[in-house]
Amino acid sequence: MPHTICEKILAQKAGLGEVFPGQLVTAKPDMVMSHDNAGLVIRQFRQIGAKNVFDPSKIIIPLDHRVPAESEQTATAHKSIREFVKEQNIQNFYDVREGICHQVMVEKGHVLPGELVLGTDSHTTSYGCVGAISSGIGATEMAALWATGEIWLRVPDTLKVVVNGEFPGGVGPKDLILYIIGQVSAKGADYMAIEYYGPTIESMSVSGRFTVCNMSMEMGAKFATVPADEKTVKYVSSLADRPYQPVYADNDAVYSRELIVDASKLVPQIAIPHRVDNVVPISEVSGLDINQVVIGSCTNGRIDDLEIAANIMDGKQVSSDIRLLVIPGSRSIYLEAMELGLLKTFVEAGALVLNPGCGPCLGAHQGILAPGERCLATTNRNFKGRMGSTSAEVYLSNPKVAAMVAISGKIPTLDEYNSELD
Amino acid sequence: MGNKLLFGRVFKYGDSIDTDVIIPARYCTSFHAEELAPHALEDLDATFASRVQQGDIVVAGHNFGCGSSRENAPIAIKGAGASCVIARSFARIFYRNSINIGLPILIAPEAVDGIEDGDEVEVDPATGVIENKTRGGKWTADAFPPEIRNIMDNGGLVGYVKRRLAGMNT
Repeated sequence: MPHTICEKILAQKAGLGEVFPGQLVTAKPDMVMSHDNAGLVIRQFRQIGAKNVFDPSKIIIPLDHRVPAESEQTATAHKSIREFVKEQNIQNFYDVREGICHQVMVEKGHVLPGELVLGTDSHTTSYGCVGAISSGIGATEMAALWATGEIWLRVPDTLKVVVNGEFPGGVGPKDLILYIIGQVSAKGADYMAIEYYGPTIESMSVSGRFTVCNMSMEMGAKFATVPADEKTVKYVSSLADRPYQPVYADNDAVYSRELIVDASKLVPQIAIPHRVDNVVPISEVSGLDINQVVIGSCTNGRIDDLEIAANIMDGKQVSSDIRLLVIPGSRSIYLEAMELGLLKTFVEAGALVLNPGCGPCLGAHQGILAPGERCLATTNRNFKGRMGSTSAEVYLSNPKVAAMVAISGKIPTLDEYNSELD
Repeated sequence: MGNKLLFGRVFKYGDSIDTDVIIPARYCTSFHAEELAPHALEDLDATFASRVQQGDIVVAGHNFGCGSSRENAPIAIKGAGASCVIARSFARIFYRNSINIGLPILIAPEAVDGIEDGDEVEVDPATGVIENKTRGGKWTADAFPPEIRNIMDNGGLVGYVKRRLAGMNT
């Protein structure tokens, strides 16, 4: 039988010849990841009564959600994690200095083409950017994984998304994925795997593919992946410390649905409160006053995102009505942005450049919103109360829109947007 | 999940109730049910935690629990006293988390149509039969596969893996 990428990887990891959508399999993942919620994983691991983790070399723990600790409770959780990784000899522990878990996983080579990874974070779908399949799970489930090295998974149906056409100037991966989420809806790909194909996807960098796979979760997707190509192999070749084998779908694989998108027709997209699938073209919200802008997160905190923003802001000043927070996704991105002079541009313009981490994206700390305030962010969720007050609003956009809002204090019109050179 | 009948008053909500309104991140530094419970559904319905009685039932539309992987969400709902959640559909991580921490969930679109806020409802978690005691109507929720049923019968994943590691349930 012909199979999709996800069916083939799951069959391999479950030690089966082939698997079919709907089947429950017991799989052995290649790597498992937890962030600050490793504190709860450890508690549940103890509850289970297990003594040792199944394989310390397969467990990755980057601290990123509340770093450095914003409260005594978090500090205590972080402390318990540091003690646990020593006790269990977990080498791939990244303390508060390293960056956002998903960025760290990809840039340190902890995920490779054809692999299956599970993580205690919903945006674990990101690793499809290097041709892996990966998904989010809860802390108790991770504790069971640490104890046994196995997990039950339902083999999902697969949605095939084909993207054709060249992006118009200033339009990119974030606009594409917001548009797709708007079309498919927040539940439209629930329990499904998504495979991305087409010349537009092929022309995208690993970073752009990261943005697309990262936010596929917002349609309910279990996995999202871009088949590995020369770009993927080039990206992972210097990082891989173990052999890997990219997995491709069979030509006649059966997809439950196919969606074709023409990227050449896209304009900048904005997700408006309080749902990620509430997506409109920029013209529908042009002129809206904003109080805070966030540029960063696992969705758009990479060097290409920061470059786009810095190009807009170079020599300009952040509006006196705006607080601009810039958060490079990881230490290595922070360093590169420093070497390229991007951080200087941001600071001179009046931005606050924060340490790599999740902070304001989930309203954990750093830039909490007051009642009635509006934030425009390059992040991935705009749920009610997400960044603070339940009467505050969060708008999601690409980094160029965010940079322009930081300068003018308002969401630009399409003409203003297009007149600004990239 | 146990075989005890569940009975309670219904708190009914809409589609895509996300984990941020079920338990906002500002409370997620705690994993303890008793600390999370007073804030369950706070950003959706600030009166829920004070009104909910032991055994009451949450009923909702599609995609309940979408968003974050935070296990604090089902822990908060269970800790507040809700005996189960009935929905048209659940977001996948919430679905898994609920099974794993032992919060009964039932997928029953017709039941959601036939139940209003404030109704009194009885649920048999063993058979999936849902009965509206206020306005009548009886439905059966989608059955769980045996593998998942096994986790539920052990009170959640901790109990299940404990037994498995002890060689009693392999």
